[in-house]
Amino acid sequence: MRYNERELLSLARQPAEKAAEIRMSVPKKGSVLKKRLVKLVVNFLFYFRTDEAEPIGALLLEHCKITKEEENVFSISFIEEPERKYCFECATEEQCQEWVEALKRASYEFLRRSLIFYRNEIQKMTGK
Amino acid sequence: MKLNERSLAFYATCDSPADNAGFLYKRGERHTAYHRRWFVLKGNMLFYFEDRDSREPVGVIVLEGCNVELCDAAENYAFAIRFGGTKSRTYVLAAENQAAMESWVKSLSRASFDYMRLVVRELEKQLQEMTQGLAGGCAGSREPPGLWKPKPSGLEESREQLPALPAILPKENGCAVWNNVLGADRLPDTSGCAGHDEEGNPRPPPLPPRRGVSNGEAAAVAQSPSTFCRLHEQYSREVAQLRQDWQQRQRGPRP
Repeated sequence: MRYNERELLSLARQPAEKAAEIRMSVPKKGSVLKKRLVKLVVNFLFYFRTDEAEPIGALLLEHCKITKEEENVFSISFIEEPERKYCFECATEEQCQEWVEALKRASYEFLRRSLIFYRNEIQKMTGK
Repeated sequence: MKLNERSLAFYATCDSPADNAGFLYKRGERHTAYHRRWFVLKGNMLFYFEDRDSREPVGVIVLEGCNVELCDAAENYAFAIRFGGTKSRTYVLAAENQAAMESWVKSLSRASFDYMRLVVRELEKQLQEMTQGLAGGCAGSREPPGLWKPKPSGLEESREQLPALPAILPKENGCAVWNNVLGADRLPDTSGCAGHDEEGNPRPPPLPPRRGVSNGEAAAVAQSPSTFCRLHEQYSREVAQLRQDWQQRQRGPRP
């Protein structure tokens, strides 16, 4: 699938909502946890080798499931392939919870639902 | 750079509602020939397919940080998606009629995640003020500080109550399409700020701020303490100017 890589790379350089060095593994056979710089920008999660300027990859965070796994660990999987998990091992449980919360709110679909929710609430309050 | 293409393709073709969908002509990168493609806009991702029933998109344009402009191409009803970088490609698209062009320019202009987040934050602020019994939603004189911080406090407790997506959506061209104006649940007319247009529909949100690709600029816009009203005024002026320019070009002699 073609995509505008230049703009996506530029997005990866934008100030992040959240960024940290986290050990991460991809859903590939024999994949092990490796230390990565993980960066959340809008609804994309970029991951870099810690000393590189260009990301190894990007995950569009739509139609995905964020799951709290064992201690310090959470995973991201996509609805159509729930077994293929991107795993993240944080330094602390607190950091793990923060990331889970942030990632759950990081989708456009979530914003859409919020929009509807707030509009409904405002409407209820004004009685119109 | 790797992208989760499989998931992306699934997202493009699944049942989730599209913000816009339809045929557009897309100008090729090197050649000036236009190709007719089926476009589907979901959030800040503009997918394009060879045909309406293709199983996988040919490509996708990530719209974050783009500007949408009307353009003077040889093709009628043309518009462009431009990015800020020096070597960025400009995507030139053309619709089949005036109405389609306007509809696409409108939905693409509002497609960024940043913009959507701005709108949601503003509503969250309004609701907070209403719940706290403060006056009005858009009192421009007061500028509550720090409200643009990405604090999820208001949303935290109420997340469980977020309604499920509407089960039945109006369908168009085989794809469910979101009614962007959300005419069904209108915002109340608060002190002339959330205006209504002639038909009595809620005024559509303003065009998003121009956002440069360089660092810092985007953050500055998002963190600005300007009120929604002020931004609305500013961008409605820009839109009016754009519209005027375009109308003048249309009335003038053809190139």
